[in-house]
Amino acid sequence: MSAEEKNLKVVGHSVRKLDAMGMACGREQYVADHDLSDAVIGYAVPSPYAHARMKSIDTTRACAIPGVHKVLTWKDVPRIVHTTAGQGYVEPSAYDSFILDSKVRFVGDRVALIAADTLEIAEQAGRALDIVWEILEPVLDADKAMDPGAPVIHDEPEAHMPIPVPYDASRNMAASANMGVGDMNAVMTTSHLAMSRTFTTHYAQHCPIEPHVCLGYLDGRDRVVLVSSTQVPFHARRITAQALGIPVKRVRVIKPRIGGGFGAKQEVMLEQATAALVLATRRKVLLKMSRVEEFLSRTRHPIKVSLDGGFNADGSINGMRMSVLSNTGAYGSHGLTVMCNCGSKVLPLYRMSTVAFDAKAVYTNLPVGGAYRGYGATQSAYAMEVFLDEVAEKLGIDPLELRRRNHILPGESSPVFAALGEGKPGVEQKIGSSGLAECLTLGAEAIGWSTKRGKSGDGPVRRGLGMCALMQGSSIPEIDMASVSMKLNDDGSFNLACGATDLGTGSDTVLAQIVAEVLGIEADDIIVTSSDTDLTPFDVGAYASSTTYLSGEAARKAAIDIGGQLKKVAAEMLGAGLEADSLVLGGKKVTAPDGRSVTLGDVALRSLYQANQHQIASIASAISKKSPPPFSAHFAEVEVDIETGKVTVAKYVAAIDCGTAINPKLAEGQVEGAVVNGISYALTEEYLFDEHGRMRNPGFADYKIFGTADMPELVTILVPTWEDTGPYGAKSVSEICINGPCPAIANAIYDAVGVRLRDTPFTPQKVLAALRAKEQGSVRGPGIGI
Amino acid sequence: MRISTTINGAPRTFECEPGTTLFEALRALGIKSVKQGCDNEGTCGACTILIDGKAVLSCITPAPRAQGRNVTTIEALGDVANPHPLQTAFVDAGAVQCGFCTPGMILAAKALLDEYPNPSREEIAEGLSGNLCRCTGYVKILDAVQSAAETMGRTRP
Repeated sequence: MSAEEKNLKVVGHSVRKLDAMGMACGREQYVADHDLSDAVIGYAVPSPYAHARMKSIDTTRACAIPGVHKVLTWKDVPRIVHTTAGQGYVEPSAYDSFILDSKVRFVGDRVALIAADTLEIAEQAGRALDIVWEILEPVLDADKAMDPGAPVIHDEPEAHMPIPVPYDASRNMAASANMGVGDMNAVMTTSHLAMSRTFTTHYAQHCPIEPHVCLGYLDGRDRVVLVSSTQVPFHARRITAQALGIPVKRVRVIKPRIGGGFGAKQEVMLEQATAALVLATRRKVLLKMSRVEEFLSRTRHPIKVSLDGGFNADGSINGMRMSVLSNTGAYGSHGLTVMCNCGSKVLPLYRMSTVAFDAKAVYTNLPVGGAYRGYGATQSAYAMEVFLDEVAEKLGIDPLELRRRNHILPGESSPVFAALGEGKPGVEQKIGSSGLAECLTLGAEAIGWSTKRGKSGDGPVRRGLGMCALMQGSSIPEIDMASVSMKLNDDGSFNLACGATDLGTGSDTVLAQIVAEVLGIEADDIIVTSSDTDLTPFDVGAYASSTTYLSGEAARKAAIDIGGQLKKVAAEMLGAGLEADSLVLGGKKVTAPDGRSVTLGDVALRSLYQANQHQIASIASAISKKSPPPFSAHFAEVEVDIETGKVTVAKYVAAIDCGTAINPKLAEGQVEGAVVNGISYALTEEYLFDEHGRMRNPGFADYKIFGTADMPELVTILVPTWEDTGPYGAKSVSEICINGPCPAIANAIYDAVGVRLRDTPFTPQKVLAALRAKEQGSVRGPGIGI
Repeated sequence: MRISTTINGAPRTFECEPGTTLFEALRALGIKSVKQGCDNEGTCGACTILIDGKAVLSCITPAPRAQGRNVTTIEALGDVANPHPLQTAFVDAGAVQCGFCTPGMILAAKALLDEYPNPSREEIAEGLSGNLCRCTGYVKILDAVQSAAETMGRTRP
């Protein structure tokens, strides 16, 4: 059953994004567009050292600079340990952060907070801080972080894990997890093909075009109001209150329009610092990250993934083991959950009776990992899908066919679902909907898989095709909660207030479409407010691919409740004896079986002003009992210049099953944005560090993200399915497609030139080195196999 | 120093330091559609405006350069009630996600179409290559500019 077959009127249609015209006309308000006329400028003084302790700090000279309002050091703010991860309570991330500390743990870590008339004055004050430093040996290699005698990054007594999972700060271990079913050793010794490979992935930044920004002030009741570019307003409120030791009721977080996030703005970094400056100065404070600070703020965890697998001659999988070493950087934000996602969003894609997972996240004195679209699955899907490409080759099976023979089908489950959760066991689930088989077929057709593959040519530019299969999830099962409230207005329009956080994704529009479908109205009859912790009901926020699936279900439930109330009033209006249940909603009316009808405006006017008066309103919540995976098949056609090593993606096809695409154009936009971000990650984005752990390229001039001129031909194919547990059959779409480019391109490079790249990104230097190693017949270079 | 200029069709006069950027000056004048995504180095394109019809990165343009010139920001192209064909095309194509790059992107497209009314897709891509967008993957932005070029071509006398 598809949305089309259900004859839906609003859902499944590409209605205009509700806020798009205001944005196109420059009228929508972002944080920095608020009135700043009386604001002072906040500034976080960055650490020049990767690992150091301030033995003393003297602010006298800094405070004396005209225009400086306040200098805060660790001595001036509450020392309350917390995590910046921006997750639900209790967070599955290490409590290892303070608003300010006497120790700094990466280049760019916070030394002090300053409020001044201008940024220039604040920076000048930062340079005027007299600090006696004790420089400590940094840990710059994740492989060595847990070596005996390694410097201890979190030697403060407060550092701990707030949930009962393994954590050992004294060994720089930020998290550890494992699971296993069956006997992997037997698999590796008895299988027709047993293979082991190791893959590494690199640092990357989300690069929302709007950097993090927070505007804070005190209202007339001495409450701290924070207008913030956050994906998680309710978590931001809770964590700000926690970090400052003030009641939640004293904090209000408002999310206006947000200039992109991609996970970066799940981190609660600016809010507690802004609030500290607001409370210290009693002034309006704007704290805005520069692009340099954005690069040094939160990143994608670089992860080493090792795979062992045993296979039969027909390509079926006897068992696999995934071992993960994640570099969480200086703080453990999302350390546990990203590494667990390496397993839980990748291993269940394939049928196997024996499966093992073993992961550790380690502290280093490098930039902090965090939530980034794909969330671990990006890193491990790369490993898995390149691994399987090689398995297919060794077994003489088409890589596409290998996926077909092994991928999970509706009605099937994986032991990984039940075993691996977020710091606790996962939730058992059977696959309800899957369009992966069709994604594989349609994607292969679109790229010309059967005709173009294996024909690299013999000129200086070789061509190749590669593919991969993917899954993700939709919300975190039995953890995430979303709610919305609705009320009817005089003219039959509705206010929809939601904690769900549209950060550019179009979720306001998607929720409005769901409500409109239920009530038989248009999406623009819904006035959406998102989000304000004083006005909108709770939602965990925009992460874990949850908003359409979960907040959408809350919206559907609220709308159904409203629909019942509308019918009840309409039945009163249309005359005695009418059963409310016999009435039908549609066309902004409520219609009786005999054809008589009243408009929703009539219902509103009666219920608000005339008879049996009450506000037609509803509040509804949804929790997720499962996390139905969207599925996707990606195909890349690349050109490899064997003289320069440059890889160009000529064409890229992403076929995706996201259940019902509530708004197909917005869903395509999610796919295209994720794919291009993924290609950019695979080919050009790279953190370059000096020997002291300092990022050498924190700006768009030297950290290359794709622009219009870099674009391949991009084909998006939406494959409709119907997920029974989702609103109008919907699953998620936002994250999954960023996971495809690394493996699809790596496999295409192999098809083109016969070298396996097991270390991202695929820069010309790396490709050229691999080609030279191949020519020289060496068996394996670093991260490169042939 | 005192700068006399025309902003969105209206004469404006403002005081600035020689080192003030046009981006800073416009924001100080209350024109908030001009966005900042890099550190005043002209690498993101979000601050794109038009000076005498040419696309300019306002964050690396000294404010005094506006002296005696015509400065155009997105507000002058059209309004929510009466949008420019480019604005309509961006909305209808799904080219607006977070919207932060959108004003600059549309102005870059405007300058492009004014010079090349019928650009190929490659020419559009080249013309917008200084404007970064992290949300859309650009496909729908290129669609929008192509569609707007067609609309504007039809309405051109």
